[in-house]
Amino acid sequence: MTTKAADRMTTRKTERILNLTICLLVSGRYLPKSRIREAVEGYHDLSDAAFERTFERDKDELRSLGVPIEVGSFDPLFDDEPGYRILPSEFELPPIDLDAEEAAVVGVAARVWQHASMAESTTSAIAKLRAGGVEPDASQLGTLEPSVQATEPAFEPLWHAVLHRIRVSFTYRDGARRTLEPWGMTSARGRWYVIGRDIGRDAPRMFKLSRIQDRPKNASRPGAFTVPENLDLRSLARSLTPREPTASAMLAIRAGKAPALRRRGTPAPATVALPGGFEVYSVGYNELRFLAGEVVRYAADVIVLEPVELRSEVRRGLERVASTGSNQAGAA
Amino acid sequence: MTSQAQVRRLLSLVPYLRDHDGARMADVAQAFGISEATLRDDLNVLWMCGMPGLTPGDLIDIDMDAVDGEGVIHLSNADYLTRPLRLSAEEAMALVLGLQTLHEIAGPGEQDAVERALKKLEEAAGGVVVPDQASVSVTAARGEIQARVSDGLARGKRLDLTYDVASRAETTRRMVDPLRLFVLEGYGYLEAWCYSASALRTFRLDRIAAVDVTDIEVAPHDVELKDLSTGWFETLKDAPLVVLDLAPEAAWVAEYYPTETVNRDEFGHHTVGLRVTDPAWLRGLLLRLAGGARVVSPVGAGDSAAEAAREALDQYDAVFGR
Repeated sequence: MTTKAADRMTTRKTERILNLTICLLVSGRYLPKSRIREAVEGYHDLSDAAFERTFERDKDELRSLGVPIEVGSFDPLFDDEPGYRILPSEFELPPIDLDAEEAAVVGVAARVWQHASMAESTTSAIAKLRAGGVEPDASQLGTLEPSVQATEPAFEPLWHAVLHRIRVSFTYRDGARRTLEPWGMTSARGRWYVIGRDIGRDAPRMFKLSRIQDRPKNASRPGAFTVPENLDLRSLARSLTPREPTASAMLAIRAGKAPALRRRGTPAPATVALPGGFEVYSVGYNELRFLAGEVVRYAADVIVLEPVELRSEVRRGLERVASTGSNQAGAA
Repeated sequence: MTSQAQVRRLLSLVPYLRDHDGARMADVAQAFGISEATLRDDLNVLWMCGMPGLTPGDLIDIDMDAVDGEGVIHLSNADYLTRPLRLSAEEAMALVLGLQTLHEIAGPGEQDAVERALKKLEEAAGGVVVPDQASVSVTAARGEIQARVSDGLARGKRLDLTYDVASRAETTRRMVDPLRLFVLEGYGYLEAWCYSASALRTFRLDRIAAVDVTDIEVAPHDVELKDLSTGWFETLKDAPLVVLDLAPEAAWVAEYYPTETVNRDEFGHHTVGLRVTDPAWLRGLLLRLAGGARVVSPVGAGDSAAEAAREALDQYDAVFGR
């Protein structure tokens, strides 16, 4: 098919679907299929079978746009045939009145997404708000540029599944196949996570999207589960990543250095003679191995006083790094 | 263009044009984020639509002479489309997350406006906004620091900044002219003219230890702000490439940092290419990985980390004995 012919088909389809929408919107009562076929011009030249197929597809398209098509048969004249209608009160955006400041922040929010289909969603949301009388104007807040990235391939199918409460299955990094009722998604430090009920384990679980190995597949129809009431996604996410310090270490830190460590700690007295310019802090930690990595990173700016196991771990790390210099390259 | 996207747009375009009689083609195209040619196609479609029957009196009426002549749009005879379609879950939640992200770097005034807008949006969207269905957290500044940075930016005042430089692991103090606040990949940043460096600098908001707003006006600076649409890659593309061999326990580096080439052998070793703008940053990374990474090329790029490690070991020997 030539591009021109394809364009023409797209145009005809748009016309047909728009005419169908108007037809169902103005009728005020349930219209049976036979009447719709007569009323909407785009259905006139179609065979019976082609009409059935096209009408079903058009309805699906409208529903996926969020157009509320109701099915019923309350009309005594057509009681053996289902009828269709769109109630204006269900179709129309309720009144929304934003002041200039509110419209400005909405304008900024609409430009946040650096993800094609999410950006498309905000563009069409803004089009609706404009058509509803709101004038989003981001220019007043030109010095604020929030952005959200979602580069993980699993993002789009999971987002759809969360919004429509569809069960999904995917392969996680450990190679295991998981089936999840996705309750919600959360982003922290630029990484996306999905939280929900892991059906195999019958318990809440959190998964990092970048560790999902394949494209998640829908495993149910929309609305297949309910999300627990009063779900607090952020605190659930925190509880699924335990991070409370369970032990503390005594660290000597060179003045002005390692600010991140210093700020987490509390000043403490020195227990051994130290080189000049060091201050001692007590720093809480959860896993010795993680704190060791952090301390090695500061090299001679941090000295581990205790515990001894941490000091040994740090020394071993330093020895490994010391052996990686290029003049050691040929050694053992 | 898909028919579905066009239908979605037309359902907003009709009530918009009814409300903005005589709107200019260029303005409408801009408001809807489309080209004038696409808008013209949209009008051609609308012209063929209307009440069932589609007799001339049933069709949506558009003054095409005015469109082609003065470039303005007069649309009438579409009284059944006075309001746009309600927001879908996708649209409402995408905006909600956008507002949440803005909230994380905004000053108190804008935060208030964001909260009001979120409330009104939730009401207008009906049941489709489930506030706890999704959330975005940004690692940014603590309350008081955030408020002061925003205040300096909004009023155009120079800031006295105390900042933790991560790559050198030390705290510095400097005067900066704030130019922009942005979020990239989950972290909030202040972009500012730095008087210590006499150059444009980017400061991570969570590493600002203290800040004071001075009475000095921000000076004009002829600088080009970073293009955020390309992420960090664009900034990094001219930086030297360092190739690292990662042991399995250091494999997270390949996932965590933007890496250019990733190979994995059967023993779980990764070979990755990293763009490195600051040698001090590379030294910190190699130390932190505690030997889990070796520099493949350029030769010698890992030497300063090895030297720093030896210096630290000597210090342990001096304090505790061998």
